[in-house]
Amino acid sequence: MSGTTARTSHATTELRVRRGGSGDPERYDMYRVPYEEGMSVLDALVWVRAHVDSSLAFRYGCVNANACKTCMALVDGQVAYLCTARLAPEGAQVEPLPKRPLIRDLVTDTVPDDEKL
Amino acid sequence: MYAAIAAARQDASVLLLDKSLVGRGGATIMAQMTVAAAIGHEERDHWADHLDDTLAAGRELCDEKLARLLCENGPARIFEMDRWGAHWARGAGGRIRQVQAPGHGRARCCYVDFLNTGPGVAGTLRRQVSTMSGVRRVSNVTVTDVVVHDGRAVGAVGLDVVTGDIVTLAAEAVILAAGGLTKIFRRNSASTNMGGEAYALALRAGADLIDMEFVQFFPIAHLAPRLVGMDPIMWDPFRYKLGGRLLNGDFEEFMHRYGGQDSGKYTTVRDQASYAILKEVESGRGSPHGGVYLDFRHVPDATLRDAFGPVIDRLATNGIDLTQTPVEVAPTAHYHMGGIRVDQRMETRVAGLYAAGEAVGGANGANRLSGNAITEALVFGECAGRAAGAAAAGTSSGWNDAAAEDAVARLRCAAETFSDDGVPANVLQRRLQDLMWEDVGPFRTGDQLRRALDGIGEIRETPATVHAGGGYNLDLQDRLELHAMLATAEAVTRAALGRAESRGAHQRLDFPESDSGLVRNQVIEMKGEEVAARW
Ligand code: FES
Repeated sequence: MSGTTARTSHATTELRVRRGGSGDPERYDMYRVPYEEGMSVLDALVWVRAHVDSSLAFRYGCVNANACKTCMALVDGQVAYLCTARLAPEGAQVEPLPKRPLIRDLVTDTVPDDEKL
Repeated sequence: MYAAIAAARQDASVLLLDKSLVGRGGATIMAQMTVAAAIGHEERDHWADHLDDTLAAGRELCDEKLARLLCENGPARIFEMDRWGAHWARGAGGRIRQVQAPGHGRARCCYVDFLNTGPGVAGTLRRQVSTMSGVRRVSNVTVTDVVVHDGRAVGAVGLDVVTGDIVTLAAEAVILAAGGLTKIFRRNSASTNMGGEAYALALRAGADLIDMEFVQFFPIAHLAPRLVGMDPIMWDPFRYKLGGRLLNGDFEEFMHRYGGQDSGKYTTVRDQASYAILKEVESGRGSPHGGVYLDFRHVPDATLRDAFGPVIDRLATNGIDLTQTPVEVAPTAHYHMGGIRVDQRMETRVAGLYAAGEAVGGANGANRLSGNAITEALVFGECAGRAAGAAAAGTSSGWNDAAAEDAVARLRCAAETFSDDGVPANVLQRRLQDLMWEDVGPFRTGDQLRRALDGIGEIRETPATVHAGGGYNLDLQDRLELHAMLATAEAVTRAALGRAESRGAHQRLDFPESDSGLVRNQVIEMKGEEVAARW
């Protein structure tokens, strides 16, 4: 019984993230992240930046409220908001939106054309 | 956004910059609550009554002229937003529905169903802005300096975060509307882009800040289980409508242990709830995630559904069933009463430099009424835009390359110095947030505040890692943001140290009483390179 508890509180899972900019060769980085039930894919990415690699780029704004709508990416091949997509215990693969020009890592050009300098 | 619209109505040509996406960041979009304005649809009301309530909450420190502006112009803004298609909730006969939020003497607070006020307001403004030919929107530009020449604001320097290019922008007038500072605290309820940049920019440009010690902490923000798709401060209306019970980690009621000081006033009640919760946690009686439980298990399912229908479903998708499980809540940094000191035209002491929205200080004094934050975003935005637009019409920018030189050099240095050692700026931000939470949080002492100033200095001296790479470099964005956060954190801490009393949202454990000699506003300014306080 206590073994189960210990395992859940120290559970980790794996995040596979597409890295690089538009001209770069395709590359995926793997990150082992702590897993807690209910956490979002965004939570895991924020953890990676704070603990493993701060150079990982992704867009987000409101973290909780799903109000800013800036955090879209592909999670396991499906378009999703990173902040509402739940991380599965078995982990996830995260990639940039395929139909948008790639800027860096998970960041694509989602800014409307009339909002650019 | 309101400022941009109002300036364009004065025939100014407006550049609306946002470091994230225009109209997608900030606090408004997160707000699920209400907008206070004495439109008198629900019951007889007058702006003067709204003003009385606002001044009472502000504990004698409100700038009365600004507070009056807010209350007097609130109704016009509500009706204008209505014409622009804001879906205010309606009652019988098409009247706009209003509820009575704590601290208001009347049912005065308009809203958009269900808990959709902020997104509704932001969406309406976004649409309206997009119809104005005089407004050009630019997303993903971080402004790092306002350029001042001959005592006038003449433009700005910033970073195009997508390309990594440095941009310079000449302007006849500049309006700072970058919101509050909640991100400098570990627990906060706002978007990630509320790092206090407006205050830092204003300070460096030579403007005064006022009332910086007054940060509003909201006692029962959501803590656990992980809740996505919702504003963490959503439990307030639940509690008022349905009477949720606060329980400590051992599932015991505890508020009565701290009940002796309850004077029955709303502000006191809020502060006291925070105090009681933090004390329970400190004594080891907190909930697993470091807060307390908010329990609705005594409320029947049908009553819950009646009051909050669709919200109950959204909770269900988060695996939360209020009839079965209590949620964990804890205090969080929510809003900032202080800010940039302006006159009634929203102009700072630097000519041509204006402020709008939460960035403005003074209107709410030592504590803000629920519902006044969006009102001030609308009202102050309109005032600032109108004044700045009119002023800009008769002039041309006094832009001067030499005046921008320092700012460009500073940004170039930040943007082009890469290093793989040091500490990543997001980790330093976290250190700052922890320190501000521990030592400059809801309850403060002189010793803690002095320790915080040392800590801020240490973080400032720590080199930040910025990995190379031009486009969308989050390390670099974090470093620029950290810079602003540190300036703002220091302003708050110095002001908190200077006010040796407890008043409204500023609570000093070493000075628990209000001091009638301190019914005065404290000002923060730059003295050379130093952040300094004066009365
Ligand atoms: S972070 Fe705002 S919608 Fe996802």
